[in-house]
Amino acid sequence: MNRFKRQWAGYGLTAPSYLWLTVTVFLPLLVMFYFSFLSQMPLGKAEPSLTLKQYGLFFQKDFYRFLTWRSIRLGIDVTFFCVLFGYPAALILARSVKGRWREAVLLLIVLPFWSNALIRIFAWTIVLRGNGVVDQAIHVAWPGAPSIGILYSYPAIVIGLVHSFLPYMILTCYISLQAIDGSLIEAGRSLGASHFRIFRRIILPLSLPGLLIGVVLIFIPVTGSFMEPRILGGRDGIMLGTVIEDQFTEVFNWPLGAALSFILLAIVLLICALAYPLLKSRLRLA
Amino acid sequence: MRALRSSLFTNGYLAILLGFIYLPILLMMLMAFNQSSNYTLPFEPSLQWFERLLGNDTLWRAGRNSLILAVANTVVATALGTMTSLAFSRFRIRGHAVLKILLFPPIAMPWLILATAMLVFFFYSGIGRGLHAMLLAHVALSLPYVIVVVGARLQSFGVDLEEAAATLGASPLRVFFKITLPVIAPGVAAAALFAFGISFDQFVTSYFLSPPGVTTLPVEIYASIRKGFTPEINAISTIIIIVSMLLLLLVSRFYRFGGTQ
Repeated sequence: MNRFKRQWAGYGLTAPSYLWLTVTVFLPLLVMFYFSFLSQMPLGKAEPSLTLKQYGLFFQKDFYRFLTWRSIRLGIDVTFFCVLFGYPAALILARSVKGRWREAVLLLIVLPFWSNALIRIFAWTIVLRGNGVVDQAIHVAWPGAPSIGILYSYPAIVIGLVHSFLPYMILTCYISLQAIDGSLIEAGRSLGASHFRIFRRIILPLSLPGLLIGVVLIFIPVTGSFMEPRILGGRDGIMLGTVIEDQFTEVFNWPLGAALSFILLAIVLLICALAYPLLKSRLRLA
Repeated sequence: MRALRSSLFTNGYLAILLGFIYLPILLMMLMAFNQSSNYTLPFEPSLQWFERLLGNDTLWRAGRNSLILAVANTVVATALGTMTSLAFSRFRIRGHAVLKILLFPPIAMPWLILATAMLVFFFYSGIGRGLHAMLLAHVALSLPYVIVVVGARLQSFGVDLEEAAATLGASPLRVFFKITLPVIAPGVAAAALFAFGISFDQFVTSYFLSPPGVTTLPVEIYASIRKGFTPEINAISTIIIIVSMLLLLLVSRFYRFGGTQ
């Protein structure tokens, strides 16, 4: 009897969330999937028919495949730089900074992270523009210096996105690095292992789960980004994400936008699925 | 000597990293107080962009919408999230797995895809666009975070106290309000502040779900940036950044970020 009642209490507590997520996640994705097979927008008198046309466009036009590759490359580049700069920072924080100082630095790293991503991207336009403040300041110190104005270029997009997503990497790596038992490292050291060997055989394998979670958390949203490429990229900022945005806000070809969205989603999921065996064996190892 | 050198190296690395993180933000704040409208030197202190902001009704309306939305989101997401994480940690029920799968997309799917899917569904189901649609979206995006933060707090104390109270005849509601809630209060407070921040900063879903005329601050800022730069955006951005950071400092009082626990 009691167990029966607890069962219902559990359902009662979760029911509102279920309902909410059904309306905001489950049904929308389902309906959009259906939409991606429509021949046109179901507006007016013309009855849309079911078709594979939208998906066909993707395979017929090199344009879309080119953009898809660009989006994936952007995801890879940004993730790479986040690992390159974020992992050492997490390592330093976890292993050589202590006490209140560590807490202060961690807080300083996450602090801007919680202010609007859009504003931080906008802030980069001020830094990166040619003949802007930074350029002028450099020219005061070194009159003959070349301009650093790289706004509206691919590197500008990468810089802005690395800035946006670096804290993810630092935090996820830090959490798994901090959990490593210090006695393991001491054992390694007393057995005569070098610093590099300790890192390669103990620290790196044990922190891989955090590193891989960080990679996934960065790669997925970056591949689907549209606002950052739009603001920082100019003509170099056309990505699959910006084309999807256009289909929904400018062109009003929602079926095509839906199809492109699902292609993007499928690619992201496929890459994650390919990485999964690696992820799984590494997670078990840790 | 070696230790000294290495600490110089590690501190230097962290300093450069923090420099990279804060350079654009500080520069933008500085430019908000500069006379020039082209973000150029020399620096001439001026409050004109803030004064212009005062007269910008569009931005004020957008700001008011953002605030209303964030408060509504905080109330709804915190309530739903706390109920759910209570169910996750205290009741063994079938169907948890399904709910956990539904919580996954808001974190692990590009927001662009989720937002456009909501646009399509809301448009054709009669829910429509507007603040209510944005509230639906923001709650979905905040729920996973609320559940994790409150769940962490729930896990950190045993059920002994609750069971003791229940054995003594307290009703489940009484147990919750007299025992569970006071203990998890810091977690709930932190979750509420997270929810507020997520909603206040959320751009992607608001962008797709805002009908003409009903915008939020991020949506309005995006529109201004695309139309061409206006230094007023510097002023409003400076205000938003300061408020967001103060909010996070408040969160950190309740919730430690992976610090020594």
